[in-house]
Amino acid sequence: MKIEVLGPGCHNCKKLEQDVQKALNELNIEAEVIKVTDIMKFSSYGILMTPGLVVNGRVYSSGKLPVMATLKKWIEEESKK
Amino acid sequence: MTLKDLETARMDIHKSESNPVRKLIGLKLLLAALLWSVTYHYLHPLASWLAYDIAGLSSSSHTGSAVEFFIFEVPKVLMLLAAVVFGVGIIRSFFTPEKTRQILANQRESVGNVLASCLGIVTPFCSCSAVPLFIGFVETGIPLGVTLSFLIAAPMINEVAVVLLFGMFGFKVTAIYIGTGLLIAIFSGWIIGRLHLERLVEPWVYEVGGSRLSLVNERMGWSDRIDAGLLAVKEIVSKVWPFVVGGIAVGAGIHGYVPENMMASIMTKSSWWSVPLAVLLGVPMYSNAAGIIPIMQALLEKGVPLGTALAFMMAVIGLSLPETIILRRVLKLKLIITFVFIVAVGITIVGYLFNFIL
Repeated sequence: MKIEVLGPGCHNCKKLEQDVQKALNELNIEAEVIKVTDIMKFSSYGILMTPGLVVNGRVYSSGKLPVMATLKKWIEEESKK
Repeated sequence: MTLKDLETARMDIHKSESNPVRKLIGLKLLLAALLWSVTYHYLHPLASWLAYDIAGLSSSSHTGSAVEFFIFEVPKVLMLLAAVVFGVGIIRSFFTPEKTRQILANQRESVGNVLASCLGIVTPFCSCSAVPLFIGFVETGIPLGVTLSFLIAAPMINEVAVVLLFGMFGFKVTAIYIGTGLLIAIFSGWIIGRLHLERLVEPWVYEVGGSRLSLVNERMGWSDRIDAGLLAVKEIVSKVWPFVVGGIAVGAGIHGYVPENMMASIMTKSSWWSVPLAVLLGVPMYSNAAGIIPIMQALLEKGVPLGTALAFMMAVIGLSLPETIILRRVLKLKLIITFVFIVAVGITIVGYLFNFIL
């Protein structure tokens, strides 16, 4: 599984990256977490607001910090695909 | 309503998500609103009672009125802030930047400037997203001037500034602030559009080739929206409360200790260059709206007229050195200077206007 966290380095972007790591640890799921800071890449996903969360190429959230429970649900669902 | 109440309310909402009883959420909201209004209504008598009867301070003493002012204003402003941020959080859950982009994509320029400025108020925005937002808007074919109208209005008219202004200076000042802020955003964007400065946008911006955002989970229920509102309250109030308390403490000091006729006599003293100077000082500075309020209070105490202080505030939160540095990635320096110059002139005019009316 490939998880991309899109953000130029604002507070919430760092927080999202930590949350993703935490969720992965708690779910005991392995994934490649990539921090994307290239703004050209944001546009290619159509993301206008950071932080953005892209799992396996699919955009899950944009411009907000998802709650932990939701984040876990998404990762779990994606890992079963 | 304290943060703890909000937290429990939030947890309750989560619980009710499993059984889809919509009414329960409505009932809880109604109850919370009722509790809020009752508390708000009795804040003043409660503050007087605490200051004069319990602490035994005299209501005619400076200390007494300063303490009462502080005990009353802190919960009042925090409650207003929580309520407004909650409301704005819910409204914003209907306006994503993506939707705003869609609305603006089909507009003519002048109408677009007006719409972009208004949408700038309700669309969630963070200055760290200014660049992706700019690219996303421009590549959809939204005119440069309309995009800039949005980028001016979004930081300048924010909910924290509105609540603090309302709490400290009343309805009239708040309304003029919102109105003039909108006018600055509309006209600055419109003028830049008329100047046809598209060639001063970095060429790579037009070559990005973006796509439309398609979220996996686009549906949002009411409980999600309420969640979004509560989350906004938690995030903003926890960040902003020390500034609010600090600002009110300064305010209480002035309220209790500075004789009113002395304040009045200083207020009338103003030089023609004070407004441009305030704007010039404010432009490179950056602070959030809550941080600027204590400074504004201090400025007013020093005798700066309200229009000058407001121009300073608009310049600080509306324009900033960090934001222009971020925007340098997509705009040529000449365009950035033009942009800052036009907005700064707008703010200066508003400052004079304020000093003139009030």
